[in-house]
Amino acid sequence: MSIDKNKIKHASKLARISVDEKKIDALTKDLSSILKFVEQLNKLNTDKVEPLSSILNEPLRSRKDEINDGKIREKILENSPQKNEEFFVVPKVIE
Amino acid sequence: MSKETGKYLIEGEKGKWEVVIGLEVHAQVTSKSKLFSGSSTKFGAEPNTQVSLVDSAFPGMLPVINEFCIQQAIKTGLGLNAKINPYSVFDRKNYFYADLPQGYQISQYKNPIVGEGEITLDLPEGSKKVRIERLHLEQDAGKSIHDLDPINTFIDLNRSGVALMEIVSKPDLRSPNEVNAYVKKLRSIMRYLGTCDGNMQEGSLRADVNVSVRKDGDKNLGTRCEIKNVNSIKFMQMAIEHEAQRQVEILESGKTINQETRLFDTKKNETRSMRSKEDAHDYRYFPDPDLLPLNIDKNLIEKIKKDLPELPDQKKERFINEYSLTPYEANVLVSDKEVSDYFEKVAKTSDKNLTKNWIMGDLFASLNEKNISISESPVTANNMAQLVDSISSGLISGRTAKEVFEIIKETGEEPKKIIESKGLQQKSDPKELEKIIDKIILENKDKVAQYKAGKDKLFGFFVGQVMNVSGGKANPQLVNEILKKKLK
Amino acid sequence: MSDLSKKTLTEIVRLIKKKEIKSEELTQSFIKNIDNDKKLNSFITNCSEEALNKAKKFDKSPKLDKLLPGVPIAVKDLFCTQGVKTTAGSKMLENFIPNYESTITNNLWDEGAFLLGKLNCDEFAMGSSNETSYFGNVMNPIAENTVPGGSSGGSASALASDLTPTTIGTDTGGSIRQPASFTGTVGLKPTYGLCSRWGIVAFASSLDQAGPMTKTVEDCALMLEVMAGFDKKDSTSINKKKENYSKNLTNNIKGLKIGIPKEYRVDGMSKEIDKLWENGKKLLKDSGAEIVDISLPNTKYALPTYYIVAPAEASSNLARYDGVKYGFRSKKGNNLIEMYENTRSEGFGDEVKRRILIGTYVLSSGYYDAYYIKAQKVRQLIKNDFDQSFEKVDAILTPSTPSAAFKIGEKKDDPISMYLNDIFTVPANLAGIPAISIPAGTDNNNYPLGLQLIGRPLDEQKLLNIAYAAEKKINFKQNLNRWWEK
Repeated sequence: MSIDKNKIKHASKLARISVDEKKIDALTKDLSSILKFVEQLNKLNTDKVEPLSSILNEPLRSRKDEINDGKIREKILENSPQKNEEFFVVPKVIE
Repeated sequence: MSKETGKYLIEGEKGKWEVVIGLEVHAQVTSKSKLFSGSSTKFGAEPNTQVSLVDSAFPGMLPVINEFCIQQAIKTGLGLNAKINPYSVFDRKNYFYADLPQGYQISQYKNPIVGEGEITLDLPEGSKKVRIERLHLEQDAGKSIHDLDPINTFIDLNRSGVALMEIVSKPDLRSPNEVNAYVKKLRSIMRYLGTCDGNMQEGSLRADVNVSVRKDGDKNLGTRCEIKNVNSIKFMQMAIEHEAQRQVEILESGKTINQETRLFDTKKNETRSMRSKEDAHDYRYFPDPDLLPLNIDKNLIEKIKKDLPELPDQKKERFINEYSLTPYEANVLVSDKEVSDYFEKVAKTSDKNLTKNWIMGDLFASLNEKNISISESPVTANNMAQLVDSISSGLISGRTAKEVFEIIKETGEEPKKIIESKGLQQKSDPKELEKIIDKIILENKDKVAQYKAGKDKLFGFFVGQVMNVSGGKANPQLVNEILKKKLK
Repeated sequence: MSDLSKKTLTEIVRLIKKKEIKSEELTQSFIKNIDNDKKLNSFITNCSEEALNKAKKFDKSPKLDKLLPGVPIAVKDLFCTQGVKTTAGSKMLENFIPNYESTITNNLWDEGAFLLGKLNCDEFAMGSSNETSYFGNVMNPIAENTVPGGSSGGSASALASDLTPTTIGTDTGGSIRQPASFTGTVGLKPTYGLCSRWGIVAFASSLDQAGPMTKTVEDCALMLEVMAGFDKKDSTSINKKKENYSKNLTNNIKGLKIGIPKEYRVDGMSKEIDKLWENGKKLLKDSGAEIVDISLPNTKYALPTYYIVAPAEASSNLARYDGVKYGFRSKKGNNLIEMYENTRSEGFGDEVKRRILIGTYVLSSGYYDAYYIKAQKVRQLIKNDFDQSFEKVDAILTPSTPSAAFKIGEKKDDPISMYLNDIFTVPANLAGIPAISIPAGTDNNNYPLGLQLIGRPLDEQKLLNIAYAAEKKINFKQNLNRWWEK
């Protein structure tokens, strides 16, 4: 299965990455060859195999219901490209 | 509403249409900290003060699950008579939004923690079982605040990462009334269990409503539309009515319904399409590699089952038997855990009938009037018990009790104190009453004659006179007895 | 005292503990090398000044009971270091200064070491040659204009050129072992879950592991001892007792069984690599081990499997880079969606974007079963292959890489030929098992080549012992003429 420009445009919308029209042909070529490479897996019959659910053979560890984090607003906001004293600030969404 | 069958039907121009509704209820789990981080979940905190590095998805941050949230989900599943799945998986639901810092929500897709169950609704036309499809745990998102700035949106991540239980019903609901009953029942069960406080104003309970229509009698399901994020029962009902009508109109004009997501505009009272959703539904779910599959031990489920508090349905049966209530009365008293606790506290020691009447009558009226909950009322269970006891012991009459109630309702003062300080005790001394009655009979010979001649209605006149003279404090039963005797 | 920067970590620690050298003079020797470098470009952030202050502070009150007392260490720029810029080799995090410290680096500092600088790497750990970094290519000190390997290219280069006595990297598909092989150094990828991932910029969560990169196996054992350990902040961290890898290091491997997987003999494999592999077998046999032929039938499917699973996980892990909370935000964009699209297309480089798009595609509706589920099934088969083999052998010996270091720019235009660098390293990541690369010899150009040993889960001690025995017999020596200082 090869990937065409439209599928790439769709994937780029999902991934929120805008793709330059000038670059789309080269990108299509690269992604097609990568997909062709990974499709080798189709040579293998895996009908009776369960997909790997976890690389570890351990139970999911849980923690106690305690409040031991938060109250660090300054730290949380300090790296933001746009903020005010209380909030992260972003351009409006068009709903 | 169809009068013949009692069924809720939309009258279209070309025939009758049935409405099919399924609900996805999002209930915030009652817990101290969030699902995957140790930040507080308390409502109303200053923006971004209940946010950790994990909640705001800094590079290298990882989730660790809150064991109590797992227990709360199991408890709720048991309360829904549902199967607890011994194996479940946390998946990432990938999409972009400013209040979703990770760019994905940790949720459960193919293997939820709770499977199929059912709850019973008490409707005026009888009880109805509604099947539950599943319940799963997931993270809540933060809040986007659009109206504080003309060109920007402000993001508060306090709510980001709070544990939610998503409860999905099968499309078994058929009317706005059934939806009302369903949400109230769910809410009641969770409040009884202590797993969700069901406070819709604070956003603890929200629902996505799936609506489709079909011709009355048709067995196939029509195309449905999803109305997202409705946060009050009233709006749910309005949205359903509007949406069903909209769909009927489209179908009767020969067109088809687009399966889409809509929003309910509370100001215009109509649903409208969410524009940005053309490709939004490809969430690319896959198991979250930062977490391992959840295996729930049978022993844990058994232990939680054993420790479950009495649920509304069980309590209702018990109330009917122990307190001689009708099913309707039991329903009313059981629907809210606080009310049922209050009722039992009083009815255990005081007269059952008086208790139920005073609670369901005067107390409920006062709560509505003041728009407060039973726990906020100055008429505490202790006060109520005292009041009821004062009536059943004959200390005061029923009429006086109403006066006393009005005072308690404002001041929270104890009834006994009020009665004493205002001297409201009933006059129950037969000798005293006889004296008063004798005097009245003497002063109203003509009316006595008329009564004895057959004008029965005049009995009320004599009672009234006794009440006047006694300042309303004469014991009504005794007055009746003595009057009857003396007017023979 | 001869050039301190050329000494092994073990030797340095011994000298400090014996008070024969001071941390300040030690640190100065590395700073001098860093300052003299004009070409390698292995450092993104140079912390010389602070390092020197910490060295002086250490010397005033030395804590000699620690495992890494007074040792300056530069680390891959994927580890979040508090107050020090952490870029992941990307424009997206060009000016990001974390206010938290990764568990792994914290473990180093707790044992007396301190930060010397942040090392260059492929952007978001995606690459095999350190040619995708926003901060420029890194050169391999073995020869001008050769790649050091990747993604921990800066780490390997700095280590081999004596700009740091030891370092740490991350390995998702070979990013520690392949650069180790290319630069003539030692690199270990531990069992998945042995080292905490908390505070490391995530690439592919089920594959990423931090690991030591050192000059010798002995140094590697010491570093692993400091790095490994349970972290309750990481749900995939294994809760096991700490081990004394360096104390228990021995070259006595009598009776151990070493497996030779026939599927690793790939078509067109060079004679030099084959020769070194044969030599490795012989050495281990001479040390008392038994050589066993084994089969790992699904080996050839490992690389395609990796290039489905890793991009899929990466596409999700990198969704958080949206310009809202930290990092780069594009100035273009009138609304939220435009801001996202511009930020992410300007902030990410081409390789990262390629992988995110592949990852998005293989997870998307209609393709998930055919690609992602299929890959997870094959991954199970690959793991089964290893599980079955480890019933017969204690470790597996293979070449580390299909070739030695290549020229900068040589493979840039063909993603697949770049991916083929990882053909021998990727299976161990997919199975979550430990693997180490040690220098085994050189090719005809005198470029180093590595041999890889793969072990059972949590069997690092045995793996290190075998590597130690082999290292002693190989006796690899590398004398570089410091051309980068001219």
